[in-house]
Amino acid sequence: MPETSPLIQAIFGRLTFESIPLHEPILIGTFAVVALGGMALLYLLYRYRLWGYLWREWFTTVDHKKIGIMYMVLGIIMLLRGFADAIMMRIQQSIAFNGSEGYLNAHHYDQIFTAHGVIMIFFVAMPLVTGLMNYIVPLQIGARDVSFPFLNNFSFWMTAGGAVVVMMSLFIGEFAQTGWLAYPPLSGISYSPGVGVDYYIWALQVAGVGTTLSGINLLVTIVKMRAPGMTMMKMPVFTWTSLCTNVLIVATFPVLTAVLVLLSLDRYVGTNFFTNDLGGNPMMYVNLIWIWGHPEVYILILPAFGIFSEVVSTFSGKRLFGYTSMVYATVVITILSYLVWLHHFFTMGSGASVNSFFGITTMIISIPTGAKIFNWLFTMYRGRIRFELPMMWTVAFMLTFVIGGMTGVLLAVPPADFVLHNSLFLVAHFHNVIIGGVLFGLFAGINYWWPKAFGFKLDTFWGTLSFWFWVVGFWVAFTPLYVLGLMGVTRRLRTFEDPSLQIWFIIAGIGAFIIALGIATFIIQMAVSIWRREALREHTGDPWNGRTLEWATSSPPPVYNFAFTPVIHDNDAWSDMKKRGYKRPLEGFRAIHMPSNTGTGVFLSALSVACAFGLIWYMWWLAALSFLGIITVAIAHTFNYQRDFYIPANEVVRTEDARSQLMNGGR
Amino acid sequence: MSTHADAAHNNPVTSAEQHVEGHAEAVHEEGQAHGSMRSYLTGFLLSVVLTAIPFWLVMTGTLSTQLTAVIVVGMAVVQIVVHMVFFLHMDPRSEEGWNIMALGFTLIVVVIVLSGSLWVMYHLNSNMMPDMEMSQLLQ
Repeated sequence: MPETSPLIQAIFGRLTFESIPLHEPILIGTFAVVALGGMALLYLLYRYRLWGYLWREWFTTVDHKKIGIMYMVLGIIMLLRGFADAIMMRIQQSIAFNGSEGYLNAHHYDQIFTAHGVIMIFFVAMPLVTGLMNYIVPLQIGARDVSFPFLNNFSFWMTAGGAVVVMMSLFIGEFAQTGWLAYPPLSGISYSPGVGVDYYIWALQVAGVGTTLSGINLLVTIVKMRAPGMTMMKMPVFTWTSLCTNVLIVATFPVLTAVLVLLSLDRYVGTNFFTNDLGGNPMMYVNLIWIWGHPEVYILILPAFGIFSEVVSTFSGKRLFGYTSMVYATVVITILSYLVWLHHFFTMGSGASVNSFFGITTMIISIPTGAKIFNWLFTMYRGRIRFELPMMWTVAFMLTFVIGGMTGVLLAVPPADFVLHNSLFLVAHFHNVIIGGVLFGLFAGINYWWPKAFGFKLDTFWGTLSFWFWVVGFWVAFTPLYVLGLMGVTRRLRTFEDPSLQIWFIIAGIGAFIIALGIATFIIQMAVSIWRREALREHTGDPWNGRTLEWATSSPPPVYNFAFTPVIHDNDAWSDMKKRGYKRPLEGFRAIHMPSNTGTGVFLSALSVACAFGLIWYMWWLAALSFLGIITVAIAHTFNYQRDFYIPANEVVRTEDARSQLMNGGR
Repeated sequence: MSTHADAAHNNPVTSAEQHVEGHAEAVHEEGQAHGSMRSYLTGFLLSVVLTAIPFWLVMTGTLSTQLTAVIVVGMAVVQIVVHMVFFLHMDPRSEEGWNIMALGFTLIVVVIVLSGSLWVMYHLNSNMMPDMEMSQLLQ
């Protein structure tokens, strides 16, 4: 590296021209596409003068519904990035045989598998789950917004900021090459001296602020803002699972934050928490990060369980079987999820007694999960089942997830785990539960609640295609990995010696391409539905004969959700209201007090990204200035007293009258 | 709950925030104290005493090191309780029992995390480093 003057170094830190990966044709190609696409998008926004609209109506919004939609958009965009990583790995592994090195060098390949895991968990699954909770929970409990509307906007922008930091690493510098949990000593400064791990740390820290705050926000919302009459045991199951998920978020994300702080101290100021010498212990990192990591998988799956519960009871036309047991199963899973973390490192050598304890707790956690499966089955039993898209996803989930659960119980047996640890069997298992559980749940939820959010249904033709591509693609892609894992193939390998393995990797690659079709048809499904929205429109606000409160209001709901706060008498509140011959109130509307939009969240997040960038590249002036900026903007925001406004009564009357007309015209 | 519903309907402004305030007020009536001069002073005095004792023990070295450490940790735990009762106004009834439930949950999680980590790491050390005592490690 050429000598740089101290001044240049003080300004740019570690950032030099060599940091731009000009030697990687794939990255340059990607950059060109992203840059052209971005410029085209900017031009269109400018051409149609959408900037002001986006800023006023979306970026600065404190409306939980719009924030929910922005989370979903973020999750879907990042899904494309995460999937691009996946398919690159699949191609590499299916051609790197017989002495071929494939098309990815080790440095690039290692970044790809790390980025794939990080993006899929933190920037796909988390935003999609949070987005659905954000949109649906306040509607299900009859609230007008979340408890802290500004905090909600801020949380979203911090999550988006984290995603921006990850995406920057693609074109400036590099990403971590450590695997998605960045175990030391590999992630320590001596083995990863570059910026990759720092990108990893700061992306997660920025996004982690958003996740923790949104967890607190939704938790308080569910505890404090339920409509009168909705006792805990009258809450919809999705709200229950959201409550438990947010409890888990609030209790575990600080652990992740603390672990990453300790790792950054090791990397930045030379402490020895996780080094091999001077009293450090890398195993402690593994221990601590899984104390966060295991509850994290339940953070993702519990809301999906909630979605399936809503979908099954709606499309079976019945009350959910065993509501109480469902709630208790959820709570038990919440507690037990703290007692199983060691099953991620049975092979670390804690010995028989420790391993048996955690093996047994892991097997126990499958009991409440199994109870849930039976509850769903019994709900379907003798129900009038309508196989609409959400229900199809739910049935596919049950079939797929049970297999994933069983391979999980298999891995929970410590001696079996010693054979299967770190193998492709494990990779197949967790994709089986995350795709088969979380992702199928999200698709069920998107198909189920889309009409609520936009006022028209999603196209079923493309939706059905997407469904079959995903389900078939999943099995074609991951069954071979089970087989390979049982044969002893370990994960994260770039090249292979044994040519007899190749056929399995080719099959898995074909599966990945089928999944690609699933993603493409999903996007086409949305595009076609938007295009044909007039044909797909529905005016009742209740297209599926729903049972919970979100279907009581119009689709899309007005800003204030409910003109009058509903009073709840029974589980499945909306079903109960319909049975009692509920009439929409048509007069007596009053002005509604609402929170005002603010751009503070965007500014804070932008400054946080700048701060992270400064810390990653050792541009201390940038880090210090933007940190100061964060403090200043936060304090300045406390002096902003224009935080609320009233929607005048006559505007409420106009909105509600418009709905009445639509409902009458729709009949 | 029904009183709250009535209040919400009679009130010309019903809103997300007021909704929360309404709840909070209801809770206040149900007995979440705001604290008085007297309770703050009691808390302050207890905190001072609970801080002074460990300082005194450490500075004078009256007791053995081990016993001193135990007492310091004990006083710290008592001090936490004092802060929660006198400064955070927590009691089993505040916020309709949510506070105490959250506290219980937090304690369970903290105990699991701490004791679990110690247990795991202890076994790990004795299994994987049988020849190395901690004293050797520290040298």
